[in-house]
This record gives sequence, C-alpha cells and structure tokens, in this order.
Amino acid sequence: MDEHRLIKKAADIRSSEITDRKLFVNRRDFLRTTAGVAAAGAGVLGASKMLFAAGQVAPHGRKLEGVKKSPFSLTPEQEKPNTWEQITTYNNYYEFGTDKESPSLTAGKLKTEPWSVNIDGECAKKGNFPLEELIKGIPLEERIYRHRCVEAWSMVIPWVGIPLSELVKRCEPTSKAKYIEFYTLYDPGQMPGVRVPVLRWPYLEGLRLDEAMHPLAILATGLYGEVLPKQDGAPLKLVVPWKYGFKGAKSITRIRFVEKQPLNTWQESAPQEYGFYSNVNPNVDHPRWSQARERRIGEFFMRKTMMFNGYGDQVQGLYAGLDLKKNY
Amino acid sequence: MSLKTIRFIVKPLVFLASLGPVGWLVWAALTGNLSVNPLSDLTNETGVWTLRFLCITLAITPLRRMTGWNAAIRFRRMTGLFAFFYGSLHFLTYTIADRFAGLDFPDGIVAWSTVKNLAASVVADVYKRPFITVGFTAFILMVPLAITSTAGMIRRLGGKRWNALHRLIYVSAVAAPLHYWWLVKADVRRPLIYAAVVAVLLGFRLYWSRAHAVAPRAASPTPRTSNPTLRVSNPAPRASEPASRT
Repeated sequence: MDEHRLIKKAADIRSSEITDRKLFVNRRDFLRTTAGVAAAGAGVLGASKMLFAAGQVAPHGRKLEGVKKSPFSLTPEQEKPNTWEQITTYNNYYEFGTDKESPSLTAGKLKTEPWSVNIDGECAKKGNFPLEELIKGIPLEERIYRHRCVEAWSMVIPWVGIPLSELVKRCEPTSKAKYIEFYTLYDPGQMPGVRVPVLRWPYLEGLRLDEAMHPLAILATGLYGEVLPKQDGAPLKLVVPWKYGFKGAKSITRIRFVEKQPLNTWQESAPQEYGFYSNVNPNVDHPRWSQARERRIGEFFMRKTMMFNGYGDQVQGLYAGLDLKKNY
Repeated sequence: MSLKTIRFIVKPLVFLASLGPVGWLVWAALTGNLSVNPLSDLTNETGVWTLRFLCITLAITPLRRMTGWNAAIRFRRMTGLFAFFYGSLHFLTYTIADRFAGLDFPDGIVAWSTVKNLAASVVADVYKRPFITVGFTAFILMVPLAITSTAGMIRRLGGKRWNALHRLIYVSAVAAPLHYWWLVKADVRRPLIYAAVVAVLLGFRLYWSRAHAVAPRAASPTPRTSNPTLRVSNPAPRASEPASRT
C-alpha cells in the first residue's frame, strides 16, 4: 500500500480522527444559540434605547425686536436661568405626548403662523383676531421667572411676553366677567397626543379676573429673546409664576370671559389632587407627594419650595381671607 | 439545546444581556444621553426594568408548560435575581435622589445625623405615601426570595416549603404594576400593559390549578406536588434535566 497517497480511502481514517457526531451537532447548536442570544441581547439594548428616546433641542427662532426690561423680572444674578436645551427638551405638553421629551420630538409639525385667537364671553371686543393684531402695540418685556411644576421640579425661565392685563383691558370685559378661561389648540391632525383620551381636550385653564390683572401674569410669545419654541407653547402661552406650571395654558386659541369659576382640565381629571387656584404652596402636599421641596433642573440637592413660588410679597393680597388648604 | 450549551454558553450570554439595561443607563448617564432630569430617568428606568424581569420570571413556567421546553426552568433563578437586582437599584436611586437629596444637613453631609435623618425620611415616606408603601412591599418581599435562591437553601428548606415561600413573587408581581399605576398622573397606558401581562401570567396558574383540581384522578397517574407552577407538563422530561431544580 502506498502510504503517501494524499486522499485516504475511508478505511484508512482512524475512528479517533472522526469528529464525534455529538460534538459536531453541538457546534451547530452552539452557533445557532449564540447568534440567537446575541440577537436577543442586541434587541434588549435597542429596545431600551428606543423606549428611552432623548429629547430634541429646539431650533433657534427669529429674534424678537424691542424687548424691554421689566421691574417684575428676576435678574440673572438673582436666579440663574436654565439653559435653552433644558427648557426645550423637558416639557409637559400632553397634546404632543405624555413623556417629557415627546413635545420636543413631535411639536415641530405645529403650524403657528398664521395664528388667531377667538375672544368671546362677557366682553365687548368679541371676535376672531389674528395674533399680531391682538397684541399690536403692547411692548414685549423680558420676564425671568421661576417655574415650579406640580411634579416637584423647577426651572428658571427667561420668558418674553406681554402683561396679560394689557390684553384683558383691550377686550373690555363687562361687569359680569369674574373669571377668564384659556383654551389650548385642539387639532388631532397636528397633535398626536390628543388621539389618546388621557385628558379632556381642549385643555382648559382659568384665572380669577383680579389674578389675570396682576402685573406678574403674562402671555409669553418668546424665550431667551427669540420666538417661543413650539414645545413650550408657541405662539401664545399663559405664564402665572406663583402658580404650578400646569396653569400656564399653551398655544392659546380661545380666551373667554365668564361669570362662573371654570373647571380647569386637571381639576376635572383629578379633583382631589388639583384645584382651581393651584398656587405654589409648600405647606399643602399633593395627595401622592410632598410639595415642600423641589428639584431645580440641573441640580442634585433639592431646594425648599417657597410660598407662592417666592412671589408672596406681590400676590398674597389676592388671597386674603382665603383658606389655602381648602382652596388648593 | 444541550445542557452544556445552556450552562456554559447560553446562561452567560443571558446574564450579560440582563446587565445590558444597567450598562446602558450608566453609559447614558455618564455621557449625558439621559434627559435633563437624569435622576428621575434613573429612578424610572430601574423601576421599569424590575417589572420587566418580574414578568420574564413569571413567564418561564407557562413557557415551559406550553412548549414542553423544560430547560427553560434553568433561567428562572437568574431572571428572578435580576428582578431583585433592578429592584435594589430602583430602591437605591429612590433613596439617594428622592430622599437623601431632600434632607437638611445640620451637621454637614458626613455626619451621624445624616444617616439617622435619611432612615427616618425613608420610613416616613413609606408610611405616608401609599404608592411608596406598595412599591416598598413589592421590593421587600423579594429579599427572602433572593436569600433563599441558592441550591443549599432549597435543600435546607425542602421543596414544599421553598415553593410556598417563593409564591411571594406573586404578591410582588401584583404590587409592582399597582405602584407604577398609582404614581403616573394621567397616562396609565404603560402601567396597564404591565398589569395586563401580570394578569395573564398569573391567570395561567389560576387556570391550571383549577383545571387540575377539577380533573378526575384517573387522568393523572403521577403524584403531584402542591405547587402548580412546578408540575411537569412534558410527559417525558429528560432525566438529565430535573424539572424542579430551582
């Protein structure tokens, strides 16, 4: 026999050289399983990343002209404003989704120009007005305000806007007007969040007329000297700095003067948790969490929440004789 | 899948995959890929992963019974311990971000009073806020299960008592979605999904225990253990894979 033949006959292969069938099968099994588990692992990671989408910083908008300083504003030395990124990626705007980053991802579609606001109810100047016309001639002011969310976080926000009182005067409310209602746009075509019945739409907030006339209450149209980003309530947002953030109705399309106290959306949703007044009050806890402290976005240690969000000297007169524990 | 493949290949890989979420969270926190309120994200995400691992753990017995793939049981201890792991991280982030960060530090941060105040703050919160009470219950009930998860403890306790003890996971699995539900403001869709998954998984067990209780004795020649979750549906489990190892 020629021992140097390259190709051996079957009989020449010793049985010890043959890969054990079990190992052979196991190897395939091994590869398949490894691939499977690796895919599953990647899937888990991918899913966690998808479930947790980071927000998208708002693009910068048009610079606003002729913005005045205001004695009602904090100075950057008193309170350092939060960043553009913080203010535009962490929003509660349920019409665009209930996650904090959802509005920054989905509000881009909102068409804010042209915009009109319907004025009705107990006032002389009723009608549907283009926004520019409605606020024409009222000087824009910078108002750096503390913003305290009912969820116990806070920011400092450099709004630009007009005093609400100026607009109220323009509408010429009648003697029957005791309260004002503010309605947010309801448009399923532009607002993916409203397809889910999480709250009653359109979103409604209200103020007593004397609260609305207070010089601290504004209608914001800008942020950091620029046009207000959509996730923050463009083009017109109510800002009442001594109240919890949810009082600040966004993208306002209707303002109505009424005689009776409005049933605002959150109060309707959970009356034992949210009242009409919703003044920032460290002594009255939310039924599910404490309001004594707040986390300023960007900070680790919590701050003590201030009565009326630190605006007590200016606004406490509005609530003289009112039991704030009952009227939360 | 052979025993060796499971033990040396699949289990280590599942282990690594289960560390994925915490790995991702740490990476995202360090690189600024969380939201501008990262403490809230860490608390929420660790909580959600606890729920997910609880569901996975509860899914193993139904999976095994329906597919006859008995080797599935070999992953149950690991997924259960990962549920406890994420639950511990969740409790830890809550303790640090929600309690510690909200303390006063009359004697400075490194002080005995800090420890006392932190403990008092956690206890008061668990006592005062019902959704925290429920979440804390879900977590604390997992502690004895984690402690008794070793083979030695199973031996020491005996299968029957061990099984009875480990049914506590059903309580955690009900309490955890309730805790989540209670905490959201208005959008209950996600807690509802977890509640539904848990309901289905526990529903299987209820159904099987009923079905077995009603079934005529003649139909079941093999003696049953008291725990429906440990019954072997596969008529011929391989001898090398004892069904009730864990």
